[in-house]
Amino acid sequence: MSAPSQPLVSIRNLTRTFTRGSEEVHVLTGLELAVNSGEFLALMGPSGSGKSTLLNLIGGLDRPTTGSLAIGDDQVDKLSDRQLAAWRARHIGFVFQFYNLLPALNAERNVELPLLLTGLNKAERRQHVAAAFEAVGLTHRAKHFPRTLSGGEQQRVGIARAIVTDPTLLLCDEPTGDLDRKSGDEILTLLQSLNREHGKTIIMVTHDPHASARASRTVYLDKGQLSTTPTA
Amino acid sequence: MKFLPLVWAGLKRKKLRTALTFLSIFIAFMLFAFLGALKQALSGGVSMAGLDRLIVRHKVSLIQTLPQSYKTRIEGIAGVAAVCHQTWFGGIYQDPKNFFPNMPVEPAEFCAMFPEFVLSDAVKQAWLNTRTGAVVGRATANRFQWKIGDRIPLHAPIWGDPIGQSQWEFEIVGIYDGAKKGTDTSQMFFRYDYFEEARQREKGQVGWYTVRIADPDAASKIAAAIDQEFANSPYETKTEPEGAFAQGFAQQIGDIGSIVMAVVGAVFFTILLVAGNTMVQSVRERTEELGVLKAIGFSNLLVLLLVLIESCCIATLGGFSGLGVAWLIIASGNPIPSLLPVFILPTQTLASGAVLALALGLVAGALPAWQAMRLRIAEALRRGA
Amino acid sequence: MQPNIYMSALTQLFSVAWYNLRSLPERKAAALTAAVGIAGVVGVLVGVLAIAEGFRRAMTASGAPDVAVVLRSGSDSEMTSGLERDATRTIADAPGVARNATGPLSSAELFVIINLPKRSTGTDANVPLRGVEQGAFDVRGNITMVAGRRFATGRNEVIVGAGAARAFAGLDIGKTIRVGQNDWQVVGIFTANGGLAESEIWTDTAVLQPAYHRTNSFQSVYVRLTSAAAFQEFKDNLTSDPKLNVKVLRLSDFYEEQSTAVTKFITTIGVFIATLMGLGALFGALNTMYSAVAGRTREIATLRALGFGAGVVVFSVLVESVLLSFAGGSLGASAAYLLFDGYRASTINWQSFSQVTFAFHVTPLLLAKAITFATLIGLIGGLFPALRAARLPIAAGLRES
Repeated sequence: MSAPSQPLVSIRNLTRTFTRGSEEVHVLTGLELAVNSGEFLALMGPSGSGKSTLLNLIGGLDRPTTGSLAIGDDQVDKLSDRQLAAWRARHIGFVFQFYNLLPALNAERNVELPLLLTGLNKAERRQHVAAAFEAVGLTHRAKHFPRTLSGGEQQRVGIARAIVTDPTLLLCDEPTGDLDRKSGDEILTLLQSLNREHGKTIIMVTHDPHASARASRTVYLDKGQLSTTPTA
Repeated sequence: MKFLPLVWAGLKRKKLRTALTFLSIFIAFMLFAFLGALKQALSGGVSMAGLDRLIVRHKVSLIQTLPQSYKTRIEGIAGVAAVCHQTWFGGIYQDPKNFFPNMPVEPAEFCAMFPEFVLSDAVKQAWLNTRTGAVVGRATANRFQWKIGDRIPLHAPIWGDPIGQSQWEFEIVGIYDGAKKGTDTSQMFFRYDYFEEARQREKGQVGWYTVRIADPDAASKIAAAIDQEFANSPYETKTEPEGAFAQGFAQQIGDIGSIVMAVVGAVFFTILLVAGNTMVQSVRERTEELGVLKAIGFSNLLVLLLVLIESCCIATLGGFSGLGVAWLIIASGNPIPSLLPVFILPTQTLASGAVLALALGLVAGALPAWQAMRLRIAEALRRGA
Repeated sequence: MQPNIYMSALTQLFSVAWYNLRSLPERKAAALTAAVGIAGVVGVLVGVLAIAEGFRRAMTASGAPDVAVVLRSGSDSEMTSGLERDATRTIADAPGVARNATGPLSSAELFVIINLPKRSTGTDANVPLRGVEQGAFDVRGNITMVAGRRFATGRNEVIVGAGAARAFAGLDIGKTIRVGQNDWQVVGIFTANGGLAESEIWTDTAVLQPAYHRTNSFQSVYVRLTSAAAFQEFKDNLTSDPKLNVKVLRLSDFYEEQSTAVTKFITTIGVFIATLMGLGALFGALNTMYSAVAGRTREIATLRALGFGAGVVVFSVLVESVLLSFAGGSLGASAAYLLFDGYRASTINWQSFSQVTFAFHVTPLLLAKAITFATLIGLIGGLFPALRAARLPIAAGLRES
């Protein structure tokens, strides 16, 4: 665990500009953000404000146009593609709005996927997978295929996959966006317990105030700028 | 490898499509194998020809006969190691559609000239001891279920009935196998002395000579010398290496052979085009999944490899099965023995087929794999949302 | 007046089918591949059938029903036959043979093989050289000189069939062919309605015989009968004559007999190829159509949610599949016609041991067969995917991306 004075995620002067046809769209402009280890941060804002873009940048799925992005000891914006992939495998766990499970693999094998990139042998991988399933409370459904699981169960598998390598950072993009209220609440409870009991650092993008209420801190993104208060 | 389940999952994703693609490739390679067998059947004589043998025939056409007395004169030419003759008998066994080649020869010289027809010493001796004796190739023996000791009557429209007998009859003293894979084992050979004594016409004439030369490099020189020997005589000759002679025949069938092969080749590529396109499509549809893998941390190279392995799997499995099944069918028998004496699947066809299958997998997988590798993860994932 | 909000079944059918087809350009790549695949298969099928048809034509085209050929009994080809001069006279004088001012319309003939180099490869091939009597032209009835003149009797002159002239080197008018000790001069080129004679070289029997040491023997006699019906009388008369030992055939039957080996070969291979090809094309078509349907699951589900019936969906998918294969089939057939029709080839006829020149022949019937074949593939290839599309549970389909 890093010293409390040093944030886990340190973003300075981050910009991201897209070129659509002949136009230039400035999605993020001069962003500054610090996230400490053990935080549960909610990122809110109207649609099109660039929340997902910011999340993708933090997770190394995308590159900033300018600016600095430091996570732990790594200067992420300076890593090459190959280095980024390896870095992601080691440090990041993703949870997607539409779960993004591979339909042809059962739950167990889906969760095992990130472990294939490590040097662990089969027995060790089995162990980690079992632990992950336990943490999300779905051990009894491990052998099922995604099409036979409910939305909430699929998302829990998605979370299990995200935590199976014990990553530094958990990034969630609208994790409850496709779920009903009850399942959504279950997911949020799970995320909270992962944060409080297991000390996982979570950054969650959401537009649902109920979801952000569960977080320890909320920031708002509007027109590429961050603030601590919600905009109208 | 631990990534195999992932590849398998990709294949299982749409089982029907995988099955259909597999079947298309399977059929295409079966066609390819049969093409190879057909090509070999139509032109195999060329590759099986002896490098140190020449054929001497009547200059005007093969169907004209040459005097038997030419044998000694050919033996006297420098560079000639051995000479033997054959004659087209054209004998029919029961029905014209049971066609197989049959020729009278001088046994001792014949066996020495053609070591590719494998006969035991005991059989060779029995042949010398039996005037009406004949040796027949394994393919024809199997076709009619003949055994050693059987008496075979043949009807000869060209030569008519034998003197003093009601029909030509031969006793099988041996069955020969081919020394090499493509050797023609459909022919039957009997004794020239029986033929000469009993025939009514053209006594003292033979069909053509086979000449063994000591030095294959001197082939054209010796051929010219032989033709020179008989120039301006009533029976002028044309001498050429056995391979060239066979080539001439192949080219007479020629047009049909190459047309059929061009045809099958076109079909082969068409089917593969469709199969290849399907494989390309199936990868394109999985952009999202590939994006997830990359998000999890699979490197570009790894994703590329996974896609390639998957496409190579279908292609090689389909290709190898097609080749294998074709091989089994071809090995089980010759459908038209009267027209294709040799019907085998050459090893070269199998080898090139295998390479093609692998190439198909690589090419069909290359484009989508390349695109998958260069995929921008954020875009890939956004497509689902 | 209330608007009729329920479309009739037929209108549904066509509107959905039309909608389907209009969305084809979005799926260009898949549609194109399917069409090209079928085009290839059809093109090939037409090619193979054209060979068989062309060969058959060459072998049988000039087999007029009132022409008969007589060989020695028991011979299966002219080469193995032999007839003495007296026998040929008896045959010519038999009842049923047509006559003109000069005598019976008959020709006693000799058939030998010489070697000439093929123009295409330069290697030697067996070419038929036929000795005929002057009556041969009247007997056959379709020999037309297209260049030069007929050979003169008693001279070492030959006329060359158009097919042979095209296929073999050294057969232009004025050229000399050397056969053994003899030289023959080419004085004319003839056609025979595309029939077998066009693969042959003709000369005077009386000059050919001594060249082959056969002063009094021939191999066959060709006669023109007074009518097609006179054949039976002609045949019975000859076969019951104790001095003769002959076999009598209508020319058309004779030609058919002579072509069985090669025709069987081509047909066997052709059928085999067509079957394999058909299967391959079918799998390809199935694959394409399944993909097509799968890619539009949501669209189809939406249509059904809106109230269009399942049968309508099936129909629309089938229409697309059939149209694609029909288009591909027509494309392939046209290409094949342009490429193949009239293409000249030659091969060896084992029964006469000599070359037969023929042209690929693409007939309308052939094209129709091939296109029907393609459409059938499209029909079957579209049926199962169509049924699957129809049975899709609507709610699930709406959710799919």
